[in-house]
Amino acid sequence: MNVLRRLAPILAPLLALLIAAVVGDALILTFGQSPAAVYRLLVDGTLGNAYGIGQVIYKATTLACTGMAVALGLRAGLFNIGAEGQLAMGGFAAAVVGLLLPVGTPALLAVPVCLAGAALGGAAVGAVPGVLKARFGAHEVIVTIMLNFIVLAFLNWIVATRLHVPEQLHTPDIRAGAIGRLAGAFPAFHGSAANWTILVALAAAGFMAWHLFRTRQGYELRAVGLQPAAAESGGVHVGRVWLRTMTLAGAIAGLGGTNFVLGYKQYYEEGFAAGAGFIGIAVALVGRNHPVGVLLASLLFAVLSQGGLAVNAVVPKQMVDVLTAVVIIAVAVTVPEMQRLVRGAHGANR
Amino acid sequence: MTDSALEAIHIVKRFGSVEANRDANLSVGAGEIHAVVGENGAGKSTLMRVLAGLFVPDAGTVRVHGRNVTGWDTRRAIAAGVGMVHQHFMLVPTLTVAENLVLGQEPTRGVRLDLAAASESVNSLCARTGLRVDPSRRVDALSVGEAQRVEILKVLYRGARILILDEPTAVLSPPEVRELWTVLRTLKARGDTVVVITHKLDEVAEISDAVTVMRAGETVGCLRTQDATPAAIARMMVGRDVVLAGDLVRHGDHAPGAAVPDVARRVALEVTDLVVARPRQRPAVDGVSLVVREGEIVGIAGVEGNGQTELIEALAGLRPTEAGSVRLNGREIVAFDVRARADVGISHIPEDRQRRGLVLEYSIADNLILGLQHRFAHRGVMQRDRVRRNADRQIEAFDIRPPRPDVPARALSGGNQQKIVVAREMGRDFSVLLAAQPTRGVDVGAIEFIHARLRAARDGGRAILLVSADLVEVLALADRVAVMYEGRIVVTLPRAQASAEVLGPYMTGAQRGAKLS
Amino acid sequence: MRRLIILAAALFAIHVGLLLVRPAGAEVGATSGAVNVGVVFDLGGRGDKSFNDGAYAGAERAVRELGAHVRFVEPGEGSDREAGLRVLAAEGMDLVIGVGFIFSDDLTQLAREYPNTRFAGVDYAVPTDSKGQPLALPPNLAALKFREEEGSFLVGALAALVSRSKTLGFVGGMDFPLIHKFEAGYRAGVRAVCADCTVIAQYAGVTPEAFRNPGKGLELALSQYQSGVDVIFQASGSTGLGVFEAARRRGKLAIGVDADQYGEAPGFILTSMVKGVDAAVFRTIEQVKGGTFRGGVFQLGLAEQGVDYVYDEHNRALIPDSVRARVEALRQDVIAGRITVPSTR
Repeated sequence: MNVLRRLAPILAPLLALLIAAVVGDALILTFGQSPAAVYRLLVDGTLGNAYGIGQVIYKATTLACTGMAVALGLRAGLFNIGAEGQLAMGGFAAAVVGLLLPVGTPALLAVPVCLAGAALGGAAVGAVPGVLKARFGAHEVIVTIMLNFIVLAFLNWIVATRLHVPEQLHTPDIRAGAIGRLAGAFPAFHGSAANWTILVALAAAGFMAWHLFRTRQGYELRAVGLQPAAAESGGVHVGRVWLRTMTLAGAIAGLGGTNFVLGYKQYYEEGFAAGAGFIGIAVALVGRNHPVGVLLASLLFAVLSQGGLAVNAVVPKQMVDVLTAVVIIAVAVTVPEMQRLVRGAHGANR
Repeated sequence: MTDSALEAIHIVKRFGSVEANRDANLSVGAGEIHAVVGENGAGKSTLMRVLAGLFVPDAGTVRVHGRNVTGWDTRRAIAAGVGMVHQHFMLVPTLTVAENLVLGQEPTRGVRLDLAAASESVNSLCARTGLRVDPSRRVDALSVGEAQRVEILKVLYRGARILILDEPTAVLSPPEVRELWTVLRTLKARGDTVVVITHKLDEVAEISDAVTVMRAGETVGCLRTQDATPAAIARMMVGRDVVLAGDLVRHGDHAPGAAVPDVARRVALEVTDLVVARPRQRPAVDGVSLVVREGEIVGIAGVEGNGQTELIEALAGLRPTEAGSVRLNGREIVAFDVRARADVGISHIPEDRQRRGLVLEYSIADNLILGLQHRFAHRGVMQRDRVRRNADRQIEAFDIRPPRPDVPARALSGGNQQKIVVAREMGRDFSVLLAAQPTRGVDVGAIEFIHARLRAARDGGRAILLVSADLVEVLALADRVAVMYEGRIVVTLPRAQASAEVLGPYMTGAQRGAKLS
Repeated sequence: MRRLIILAAALFAIHVGLLLVRPAGAEVGATSGAVNVGVVFDLGGRGDKSFNDGAYAGAERAVRELGAHVRFVEPGEGSDREAGLRVLAAEGMDLVIGVGFIFSDDLTQLAREYPNTRFAGVDYAVPTDSKGQPLALPPNLAALKFREEEGSFLVGALAALVSRSKTLGFVGGMDFPLIHKFEAGYRAGVRAVCADCTVIAQYAGVTPEAFRNPGKGLELALSQYQSGVDVIFQASGSTGLGVFEAARRRGKLAIGVDADQYGEAPGFILTSMVKGVDAAVFRTIEQVKGGTFRGGVFQLGLAEQGVDYVYDEHNRALIPDSVRARVEALRQDVIAGRITVPSTR
């Protein structure tokens, strides 16, 4: 029984994946295709060759950042639906900084400056719901949703009226601050969008783990999320923690925007990562709000996203969308079930 | 009375590696009120849940009126007339009393809910049982005592004739407890059987016909209440002799602070004309002035809801104050936030440990530094070895069980959870301790321990402001007793002049008058 | 806990069982022999009743008539465009088509990387250097551009000829050069047949959102009809649905765009200015099959049947024969080069 209980955290996602797989089987069969062949196509197109792996790495980089932005909020008891807007603003800020820097600025200077710009851009968007919640008790879910609309509309407007290339919906190429592709060091990745921004995401995960579990602010952040009243009597200013957390979450989501802007296209394009902020919610959920879990979950959803393209020839794209949704729902259902079981065992000591 | 309504025979119930019940036996006679006592973690709740069909036992037999019903589920238990009233209410706050009662078996006319019929049947049930609740009120507008009555009614509405109540008095004020006893006696009078879990021995004596004592998952004895003394039951519960707070009161054994005249001691805490506002109502704390000197315990007695909670929270910095001054050792601290107050010497044992006192998912070690986290961090990084050493020291000093710093607080019994709070708040430098309901929901062994700690701190020259809904506790500990009523201190008396008889009228508002010290 | 493990095992067994099912007719991968074509749609993809659906129709026709083997890819986010093109190119497709101007950069880059694969871009925007001069395209890339101004010219003339109020309306989506082409051609067409007519032109906005705002379309169209306009040409994506609604409410006429939009408001749609995306896609596939594919920029106008207006049994009643004859004469003038339609305002 003890061994089983240790298995519980793994069993939940496993069960979720199995449920998704069976639903996927049924869907594929309704399209008159063979499940085995479609899954093979999915795996071949993602993990079966270096290009596919590169694409998965690229997509996982963005999703890891938005996933962490959501997970960090949840750790403090905040539901950050705003990663979408924070990501876009981060990418836009990186592009603007990259455009303002003079041509030939050494990468060693330009890349950190662009990254800082992205973090600041995302942080600014994240701070708004933080302030409104801390000051006026405005619910962060509503504020972040509305802010997504506002930020995206604002960015569309400014790009369309001031910054776009003729007949296109993107800014001109940045002058400095480009991050190299992985293919530069590993030629096998040739053609894939994977780039060294993955290191930024890994560093952010490392920072998040350290911040949450090793620092005083992390101790207070988790306490606020678990038991705000107790944190308050422990001398924690709950509002300040909310503000700080949302700002930090926004910064991490903003860094995710550099994956496309600095690492892939070297320009900001309207809707460049549409949906990544929302999938970030699923990534956080499946990753159990733990940095390592978020990294693994971002790989899972990246495989599904890239796999969707690979199987698109034989089944509609919506099939993979449905599969993604089933994973999310299955995790949402199985995880609390597991927690109940694990807690039930503790409850005996009460 | 001889045939058993409810029997549990050799019940074993395991959760993983933990045996919550290992050989539990219980025999409840028909038509009697049967108390089940034991320390927290003794397995009382588990046994009750086995009886009510919530848990399936790993071994043993459950019988109802002689019929073997082992392993039944709640639905069949209810059908057989066995219902359980839980410690934590399971009501829908936004529905009315009547709607809550009929939930799951609503009377309908066609497909529509027949609320008139629901209300009617609830009214007649109230009349039959003497449980008075207005069926049309919303549950979130009810007091705790009323909500509990609704829980009892809910079980009765489903036809229960054997009621199991899990620590019903833990959340009630003394007058509400007296009303509950009346209700239980009414039920007994109409032939119902009642099982009550408690760990307050005076309640056992007052209400029950028989008492079963549990310790460490086993039932260690069953006595007729008239044959048992509180001391004997306490000994069975903890397995050793215990000094009971009530004994001190009864035997006049009370030891006040060292015999130095009050006025000669330094004033540690001075509160003047403190006002704490409430939205759209008169202030919760309405001009309270009081003084706590070094080396004394000032006890605030009173029926709950008269501003005690707000007073303590305002003093701790958790609630904004409208007016007034708070001085600590002569220094005005009314503008200080929680951490600043803690740093200048205010310690606070909050009344609701699960909400205010602990982060239940945090480990014992992490809970032992809550509020002190800035002192266990160097340049913003937690010093984990110091946190660990602090935990080892406190766990030993306060006998927290299990003695494992990594165990989450949620896994501990109520008494041990409270010991974490007490260890944290008393195990550091402080000059004034605000102790709100320091022993609520805690077993006798832990009560004895906590009381001893409070006295030791007092004797060491600390000032303690004690708030308790338990008058016995106030009388057992305080050197001076104040009564709070409707946001004001209506009387302050030296311990020698205070007694339940003297204080009672002040607590109910029948008598007013202030004596300032 | 044990139940959940059993559940997991059962699910696993079902899954393995289903994996073994092989429905008849299931097919996967490219076929040899036939022309292999890959089509990557724009975000939004199929079902737009516009150029994505047009490209789909053209490709489906190639499947029926040329025996082509076609794979479709619908991208999910920004990086999927390049990934979709690349996956198809890497699979050895003979022709890879990107539908929408947004593919321009990606197509240029991939055409250089895969010189032996042919690429085509619908609405391809030719990149320019810093002085505004167009850059050379790779030889294996065909840019399929449409002379929207020529089709707009004909519907402008048509509108002016049926108008009684001599006041014509234009509702554009996003205010940018691509849509200015429509407005310029429309104005020229009106002026060609009616020197004293006036044209009121308005745009729904300056962001791409302006193509998805039917409410704004309704508002603009109602105010134009109010001020005496009796025919409105809309070039505004789904914003145009609001224009049609206004026509229905006021009993006035509207002109559709891209595809035949008669069905959106039967009786109130004078005609539609259609882009021959289907024909262009079909012809490109045909050229690949016949070995006559060439790279370069292809401006598809009236002469190439790249643009046209709808005249069929539905709207015949709305267009008198004399009007029809006059418009057809204008068509011949444009094809013969006697009239040059402006593409900028």
